[in-house]
Amino acid sequence: MSTSGLRVVWVYPDLLSTYGDQGNVLVVERRARQRGLTVERVDVRSDQPVPTSGDIYLVGGGEDRPQRLAAERLRRDGGLQRAVDNGAIIFSVCAGYQILGHEFINDLGQREPGLGLLDVISVRGGGERCVGDVLADVDETLRLPQLTGFENHQGLTQLGPGVRPFARVQFGNGNGTGDGTEGAWAGTVFGTYMHGPVLARNPQIADLLLKLTLDVNALPPVDDRWYEALRAERIAAATQAA
Amino acid sequence: MADSAQPLSARARLAVTAGKAAAAVSRAAGRGSGSVIGGRVALKVDPDLLARLAGHLDVVLVSATNGKTTTTRLIAEALRAGGEVVSNALGANMPAGITSALSAGSEARFGVIEVDEKYLAGVARDVSPKAIALLNLSRDQLDRAAETRMLAERWREGLQGSKATIIANADDPLVVWAASSSPNVIWAAVGQEWKDDAWSCPSCGGVLHRPDDVSWQCGECGFGRPAPSWVLSGDSVLDPHGTPWPIQLQLPGRANKANAATAAAVAAAFGIHPQVALQRMQAVAAVAGRYDVVSHQGRDIRLLLAKNPAGWLETFSLIDPPPTPVILSVNARSADGTDTSWLWDVDYGRLAGHPIAVIGDRRLDLAVRLEVAGVDFRVCQTLEEAIAQLPPGRIEAIANYTAFQDLRRTVGN
Repeated sequence: MSTSGLRVVWVYPDLLSTYGDQGNVLVVERRARQRGLTVERVDVRSDQPVPTSGDIYLVGGGEDRPQRLAAERLRRDGGLQRAVDNGAIIFSVCAGYQILGHEFINDLGQREPGLGLLDVISVRGGGERCVGDVLADVDETLRLPQLTGFENHQGLTQLGPGVRPFARVQFGNGNGTGDGTEGAWAGTVFGTYMHGPVLARNPQIADLLLKLTLDVNALPPVDDRWYEALRAERIAAATQAA
Repeated sequence: MADSAQPLSARARLAVTAGKAAAAVSRAAGRGSGSVIGGRVALKVDPDLLARLAGHLDVVLVSATNGKTTTTRLIAEALRAGGEVVSNALGANMPAGITSALSAGSEARFGVIEVDEKYLAGVARDVSPKAIALLNLSRDQLDRAAETRMLAERWREGLQGSKATIIANADDPLVVWAASSSPNVIWAAVGQEWKDDAWSCPSCGGVLHRPDDVSWQCGECGFGRPAPSWVLSGDSVLDPHGTPWPIQLQLPGRANKANAATAAAVAAAFGIHPQVALQRMQAVAAVAGRYDVVSHQGRDIRLLLAKNPAGWLETFSLIDPPPTPVILSVNARSADGTDTSWLWDVDYGRLAGHPIAVIGDRRLDLAVRLEVAGVDFRVCQTLEEAIAQLPPGRIEAIANYTAFQDLRRTVGN
């Protein structure tokens, strides 16, 4: 982290911000400020270069055509890959998650190369679209409580040996490949299908991103009353729906 | 037009009768107006009924993400200056509801029809409208609706070669994209506060540039804002000659001025003078409960509907300033869309300074949203509790679709 404070970069709000993805940015910002950190938020539009000196990069969900445009522009730009080389953290959701992999199926039905930052490949599912509340257990090495989120995707994501599943679903589809996995992570790069937005439903993940950035094991507590109430309600809803 | 000016066939008359009977049964059973079930039964008996009913009318279709019910009402008021109007005034805007509404008006000259955005192309094919008003397109119910740009694409394909006069909002790039394939478009610049569904060019995918508050253009292919004939300018609408006509409404807010400006342009296409049209629109005080001020538990409450981020944005700009108390109510039932992520596209920070109470099925989603926005709020179980908690003054109650219906039921509206 630079002396000027925490740099939070929101990648391509003009293309990848369809499902309230700004919420993830707002939650990270808010929880960092509550811990006394100075936060600089950088919104990068798709005709601007991605800065390489950010601390946390958030990449959101989007519709099929904007997803292809975003992948094309991010590949050409190269900034996100350099940021990871610099040790930055990337947290990606849905369409953004697919872009970070090796390839996905674009709106024209063709295989579109991704950024190769996660060892995953996404294909188009033949069945019904995965829509609804999800409940999952996060990879135990991350020491996080249960994951609650809302999924809404047609694509399925297969994990390669270079990543670990971010979570294992109890209710819902997650990666959708039938192996019970949800999302993927490796080093400082994370991907998930969860909307909600996921950091509003799971503020402990936002705190994990902050802890990794600050290289600390703990953060001062904040008032999580409403987050906890919402979590309890959504976990119960996902359980009942199943 | 199908069977224009011909009396309805025996089959069509039977269909209308069967539909009315089904609606009456539904009403008697306490299941609402019965217009949708009635329309379904009628269309079963005669699948071409919608085309036949519309064949007798000069029809205008109204579609949009937001403002279609209100604009339909304003156009209906304006056209009554020229003859009897039949309209689906209660917002039943899919083919069955539309059929049912048209069955009621055999003597009418004009049909003013609100159409769900997903059904516009089909209804436009069936009823051969004289005019189509397109107001705006933005994200709404993402868990079940088509992607916003795909809707624009479907409009574009459906309207290609349409004989109708299209009255379209020049300030919404998605609407311009949808309308610009039609041979006969009248552009009305009525504004669109929400811009976050149109940063990429609907035509080529390039980034749209917005050098000022008004203009927009694609940096790559040059697709841009067309020169408008009608312009909303403050409290007036300028007609194609540049003559300003004052808009005086009982309905509040900028968005309703935009709706009225569009309605004036539509009325002009039917030969109704803007002054006459706008004067008639002044009579509208509330539309299907929206903007109604009701009295409940000794307090005045204004009922405001906001279904999606664009709608909330327009609603925030019309509520009374702080310290006016505000109730927010959000549900996520199937008619609302079951994903609440959209709450994070709404800038709730704009409510700072208002005493706020949140209710509805998804009040906890609202609570986290407001907590992160850094504004104070109270979470309440019921409307009654919310009213009791809020300081004196007229309450602005903003709710999404089914939450709004719940509110109306609770206050007996």
